[in-house]
Amino acid sequence: MGFKHKDIIGLQDLTREEIQLLLDTAENMKEISDRDIKKVPTLRGKTVVNVFYEASTRTRTSFEIAAKRLSADTINISASTSSTTKGETLSDTALNILAMKPDIIVMRHAASGAHHYLAQRVSCSVINAGDGAHEHPSQGLLDMLTMRQKFGTIEGLKVAIVGDITHSRVARSAIFGLTKMGAAVCLAGPPTMMPPGIERLGNVTVCTDMRDAIEGADVVMMLRIQLERQGKTLLPTLREYARYYGLNPGNLPLAKKDAMVMHPGPINRGVELSSYVADGDQSYILKQVENGVAVRMSMLYHVSGGELPTE
Amino acid sequence: MAEEKTTILDGVGVKRALTRIAHEILERNKGIADLVLVGIRTGGVHLARELSARLEEIEGGRVPVGEVDITLYRDDVKGHAPHLPVGKTDIPFSVEKMKVVLVDDVLFTGRTIRAAMDAIMDHGRPDCIQLAVLIDRGHRELPIRADFVGRNVPTSRKENIVVMFDADNRPTEVVLEK
Repeated sequence: MGFKHKDIIGLQDLTREEIQLLLDTAENMKEISDRDIKKVPTLRGKTVVNVFYEASTRTRTSFEIAAKRLSADTINISASTSSTTKGETLSDTALNILAMKPDIIVMRHAASGAHHYLAQRVSCSVINAGDGAHEHPSQGLLDMLTMRQKFGTIEGLKVAIVGDITHSRVARSAIFGLTKMGAAVCLAGPPTMMPPGIERLGNVTVCTDMRDAIEGADVVMMLRIQLERQGKTLLPTLREYARYYGLNPGNLPLAKKDAMVMHPGPINRGVELSSYVADGDQSYILKQVENGVAVRMSMLYHVSGGELPTE
Repeated sequence: MAEEKTTILDGVGVKRALTRIAHEILERNKGIADLVLVGIRTGGVHLARELSARLEEIEGGRVPVGEVDITLYRDDVKGHAPHLPVGKTDIPFSVEKMKVVLVDDVLFTGRTIRAAMDAIMDHGRPDCIQLAVLIDRGHRELPIRADFVGRNVPTSRKENIVVMFDADNRPTEVVLEK
């Protein structure tokens, strides 16, 4: 069983077996980060270009560390310092980067579908590090890896996802991934933040009351209210949001006793997540970040392909 | 083309070879002090466990066993076809200043051993690395030689040597396929 894709745009495009392979590889690559010498020579001589059109600390750093642990050379381009500010189109930027012969482009872009567009135009591999409100596959994979480490399997888990589902690429990747792996997903959020018809994506139910979604859940995944985006116009006040859709010591006991609390970060403390819960025993938020490096190593490894001599 | 199979070593033969290798390891290293075994996945790991059990029978002390997966250290990955799945490397002890005996089932080109040595060096600086293999089939492409050999088997490059294991991962026989 091999991974045959040149690019990873979204978990929607991957089969259950391919997701399994990416997670297994990530699990086995975790050990590299615990060594004295945190490096293997696998992608020696390969060039990974990180192009980030949107702000990011965690994802960009994580991809860069992942590439470096595999011995690839990395270059970071962020929109604020790039030619984009001079009016260059995505296509032109891509062709110019391509002329410098990279092997993998890791990109974050505000437009959903930007990676699909790019992948059709370049010969190198493209990895989606988040596109608009579409997908964020590396986050979806690291979420699943974190769940699998605790429960052994994803099959049969009840996962509650609470927050702004409409504008969340994290939610969409989680939904595609989790339903493929056999989990049941319950979504909750204000009606202004719930896309109509989302329950058609598979084993997905929609709750208007957050308490219904987290009741009996194995995992409670809280989404960040994106204050820099549409958040302000879709909500009366943050206090009201925190009261009805925030996770706190009052409503967390509705979930299973050993339920995991997850959050893609950065946290708005006191809004979607109270500090008590974010720093509590059930919080797996830093574990998620730790797993992020292994998952991204696995993605870089598998898209870069390889051929064994056939004897 | 009909596939022809010849048994090179049967179960008893494998056992005798491993017992002799265990004695040779002890003789060379004057006991089991600072000695660790690292098996190359997956056949080498099973054999390393067998050797560890024999060393314990003879010497009375336990010799730790680690496993190394060399997928990430291969020199033959290129082009655009699927990458191999990555197995787990698990060396639950420090190799720093230890005498490491690397264990594999079949020694062929030597490229796997080169990769495994690089992997071990990334975990620390051992005092020395020795190599134990059940079968040496020749055709080396690198300047590598085994310290302990179960059986030397002259082969042609087209032939294949398979070490078979039972459900409990104990070696049962070694087969030459033509």
